[in-house]
Amino acid sequence: MAAPLYQIPGQAAPSPPAAPATSAASPAEVQAALAEGVVGARTVAEVLAQSQADTVIAELEHDLIGLAPVKGRIRDIAALLVIDKLRMNLGLQAQAPSLHMSFTGNPGTGKTTVALRMAQILHRLGYVRKGHLVAVTRDDLVGQYIGHTAPKTKEVLKKAMGGVLFIDEAYYLYRPENERDYGQEAIEILLQVMENQRDDLVVILAGYKDRMDTFFRSNPGMSSRIAHHLDFPDYPAGDLLRIADKMLESQNYRFGRGARAAFEEYLLRRIPQPHFANARSVRNALDRARLRQASRLFADRDRVFTPDDLSIIDESDIRASRVFHIAAPQAQT
Amino acid sequence: MMTNPVRRITQGQFSYLPDLTDTEISMQIQYGLDKGYAWSVEYTDDPHPRNTYWEMFGIPMFDLRDAAGVLLELNNCRKTFPQYYIRLMAFDSTRGVETIVMSFIVNRPENEPGFSLVRQEAPGRTIRYTVHSYATDRPETERGSL
Repeated sequence: MAAPLYQIPGQAAPSPPAAPATSAASPAEVQAALAEGVVGARTVAEVLAQSQADTVIAELEHDLIGLAPVKGRIRDIAALLVIDKLRMNLGLQAQAPSLHMSFTGNPGTGKTTVALRMAQILHRLGYVRKGHLVAVTRDDLVGQYIGHTAPKTKEVLKKAMGGVLFIDEAYYLYRPENERDYGQEAIEILLQVMENQRDDLVVILAGYKDRMDTFFRSNPGMSSRIAHHLDFPDYPAGDLLRIADKMLESQNYRFGRGARAAFEEYLLRRIPQPHFANARSVRNALDRARLRQASRLFADRDRVFTPDDLSIIDESDIRASRVFHIAAPQAQT
Repeated sequence: MMTNPVRRITQGQFSYLPDLTDTEISMQIQYGLDKGYAWSVEYTDDPHPRNTYWEMFGIPMFDLRDAAGVLLELNNCRKTFPQYYIRLMAFDSTRGVETIVMSFIVNRPENEPGFSLVRQEAPGRTIRYTVHSYATDRPETERGSL
């Protein structure tokens, strides 16, 4: 086939200056040029300025409380991507790094939130073209009868192309107790795409630490294709309290006098109890406190409320929690 | 048609151009995706001009964001039917449009036999004309191979 007479973006330009392309694809061209983004930069600052990745990283620092090891690792990954860009601009070819990740940690430690940010960072640095996050669980990947799994998994993969595929509770994919389980088929398709289309798709697996360890032990192929294993630690009470501040602030509420101390005491009692889900439990506790505040105000039929009345969570709203009654004898120890 | 000097059928967009490369195809796909079209892959062994409905290779792909997904499906189809005609079609679901807005051939058999014009004598020395696709001369199971 003869060489085309027009220029294709991303390929070496022919010697005479090509006429501006007027094909139907011109918006796509602009998109491609944007995605390639960081062109000709020579310093880290230039790459960061062109890609605006540092604003996302700064937001991550600012918005997410605690999680020091996770943030450190994300900074490392971002640094590697920036340096890779610089190397590429100087013509030092390097293989695109494998960016598949696994996030392990207890419920409510921020795995999904970080995954969403990760998609933005990778998009700003030009490693994924679209930067959207497709969050799925076993149900979205594994079919119910023979021949159902492959199309289902492929459809999800196709939707996630150009972005990040986030598989929550990934260990459910593998059910060793049932040898006719279709999860294995989904894993094999995933592995194939993770290997062959590294440039098109980043896969993030998430789940509880111990179960994910079992999952990786029984799927060594999966483990070896994931370069970054990030462990999300549980939050200490201080961090949870700051998270609570932030949650209330975002909903235009605030703690009244003594309420913050009461909430700290609540957390100290709640943490040792079963089914504690870190930030998620904090959000639920605050939602319940809002309910109590609402019914407290509701009882006052004839009162004219000030904005303060409506936005302050009182100490009594928090003290009314079940936790203070049940856990009282244990808290003495 | 039999009068086509390039001996290639010309249907849909870009059919007078040399075959699009994968880069060019994915740029077209991306253009469609950015407009909100849903792409689908179809194939056939009979490119008769009145053969409007080709076989679907999988269901149309809704909610995609990036061209790589469509290209993946296209390459699957090429691997399965290397000697068939394969086309990509973009469906615009906008209310009031609701139709195919882009369609172009992305795979052709090596040997394109083309068509012939068939004349039928009808009463009163009338001549009825119809187009016959040479590809259908062979039994269905033998088409798609050289």
